[in-house]
Amino acid sequence: MSQPKERTVQINGHPCRMWEKGEGKPLGYLAGYGGLPKWTPVLDKLAERRRVLAPSLPGYPGSLGHEELDTMLDWALATQELLETAGLDGGDLVGVSVGAALAAEMAAIWGPAMVRKLVLVSPLGIYDDAEPLVDFFAVRPGTISGLLCAEADTFDDLTACPPGADETEWRIEMVRASTAAARMLWPLCDTGVIKRLPRIHQDTLLLMGGEDRILPRSYAKRFTDAISGKSDVQVLPGAGHLADLDQPAAVAQAILTFCG
Amino acid sequence: MKLMWFHLMPYTELPENFRDEHPSVWVDIDPKLFDPERAHLMYNDFMDELEYAADCGFDAMCVNEHHSNGYGLMPSPNLIASALARRSTDAAICLMGNSLALYNPPLRVAEEMAMIDVISGGRVIAGFPVGSPMDTAYAYGANPSQLRQRYQEAHDLIIRSWTEDKAFSFNGRFNKHRYVNVWPRPIQKPHPPIWVPGGGSVETWHWCAEMDYLYAYLSYFGYKAGRATMNGFWEEMKRLGKDPNPYRAGFLQFVGVGETQEEALKLYKEPAEYFYGRCLHVDPRYAVPPGYTTEATLRANVTSMVSQAAARSLDQGKGFGGRGLNRQWDEILEKGYVICGDPDQVADRLREVATDLNVGHLMMLLQFGNMNADLARYNTKLFAEQVMPQIKDLFDDQWEDKWWPQAMAKQKRAVPKAVAG
Repeated sequence: MSQPKERTVQINGHPCRMWEKGEGKPLGYLAGYGGLPKWTPVLDKLAERRRVLAPSLPGYPGSLGHEELDTMLDWALATQELLETAGLDGGDLVGVSVGAALAAEMAAIWGPAMVRKLVLVSPLGIYDDAEPLVDFFAVRPGTISGLLCAEADTFDDLTACPPGADETEWRIEMVRASTAAARMLWPLCDTGVIKRLPRIHQDTLLLMGGEDRILPRSYAKRFTDAISGKSDVQVLPGAGHLADLDQPAAVAQAILTFCG
Repeated sequence: MKLMWFHLMPYTELPENFRDEHPSVWVDIDPKLFDPERAHLMYNDFMDELEYAADCGFDAMCVNEHHSNGYGLMPSPNLIASALARRSTDAAICLMGNSLALYNPPLRVAEEMAMIDVISGGRVIAGFPVGSPMDTAYAYGANPSQLRQRYQEAHDLIIRSWTEDKAFSFNGRFNKHRYVNVWPRPIQKPHPPIWVPGGGSVETWHWCAEMDYLYAYLSYFGYKAGRATMNGFWEEMKRLGKDPNPYRAGFLQFVGVGETQEEALKLYKEPAEYFYGRCLHVDPRYAVPPGYTTEATLRANVTSMVSQAAARSLDQGKGFGGRGLNRQWDEILEKGYVICGDPDQVADRLREVATDLNVGHLMMLLQFGNMNADLARYNTKLFAEQVMPQIKDLFDDQWEDKWWPQAMAKQKRAVPKAVAG
């Protein structure tokens, strides 16, 4: 797996990391809880067919500036600016988990001028009283990885400090990513996106992990029922909440088949 | 020195099998365990105890804020404090305190504290805690990543509302007001003394030094675990050019006094084991909401020797829900969570704690766990009569307490009919 090209852009006066790899039509990728401490296999698979651009949102690995953002509008505007800077406006957009909550906002608020086809993997942002999602902000030490991924090792490996890196700063970067997620989603009720989903007229694919321990399966239907465009749900066996980490090949295949 | 009587107001009838059958005393404690008619008696006992402490000559009655908590029945300490204001005449009323970021608008805190200051004739200490993770992020749903920004802004708004001499506008990041005009105004000028309870965060120490606020270390784990933190605090004060006035600091300590050591050890075992066993049974899932701890503190915890020492001593004892918390009586004594003995032993130990940690305000828990009203009264009385006289003069010939309420002159103050009889 070769490494992506990296550049830094400024959002609200703070540096944000942009990773890019591959040739072809651009494909935007907003990662899930924890962000992208490392380049991952799913991105590599996608880069075999598309020019993949993965901006790191404020506060996620490689980026700062989450403390400037107080409301969902602040987050949406920061994300929109990142996508625009990447030249992704009008391209296909994939969002996972936290990133999917924002990808849905992009499609709903700015329409097809911003997002052509939309892929939501285990999207957060909605809430059902009858079936609450698991509060992954309230977990006992050492249990988050097993909640996020089908195999705890998958998330542990992604977040393990690489040789040569400063342990302290690495750990702080991982905590910062959780903090950024909390800043946007706390206390894990709905973000208001449910009201805006009917504005999505684009074709939408929903991917759900068959072993998602956070998000009830019924949430997929709530999304597709609310979205105005043509939408389809696929459940991936062997995948947890961060399905793209657990089953990179299957996720990449589903995305490429759907987006073309 | 100041000897202050602190009440947590624990629910005293958590079942014996509480730790086995229930995941947490805090946040999601089972509502079925709460019997309002039993709690009616508890509240009234607790308020009797605070009033009795004032009658016995303690310098202050202290109350604090907890939410969804089986060992702290004061979601609103202000309600208790306002009742105490009417049932006491001289003791300070230490509100320890209101978690500023939880109030919308935070002006509510300014108003209520000002009301109590006026009713009590200027006896209020205004405690400004950020609040624990359990209280703020979980029980109140406050965003942990915004908590400190909101706290700072709330602080600025409250101080201005107490000190500006005309109505003003406040265009904050989180609080927007065209008209800020707090009535009533506090008796104390420019405002009641501000006390900041905190853990071992260097940022809190800097903030206290910058503002000349009192720093209070409110740990349940006694003077042995508290030593490293207080040493760190004083080293930082020295570095910042602040004098080592012991009245800059407050410290919490559990105390049990008996006529003899043997009697004390017998009397306080059960309430201590109830507190450390059942009351501190907190599910660790509520201990670390992302963003609650600042990056500077995370970094300091790794790099600073002071923080490491504090963390080590906390690890030995601290255990919101955690490993390493000592719950058996012999360990509770050995670790110094509770100071227990005859009056001379307790006085000697507290003198040592006050001088060693250099703390001018000792906030003592003389009721803890499921201690009943009779024993709480006995403990309070013995302390007041036989311990207090031995240590109360400590520090007073050397240092002035600039962090103590300045009440109205006594002859000008109202005497509530209930107190006057």
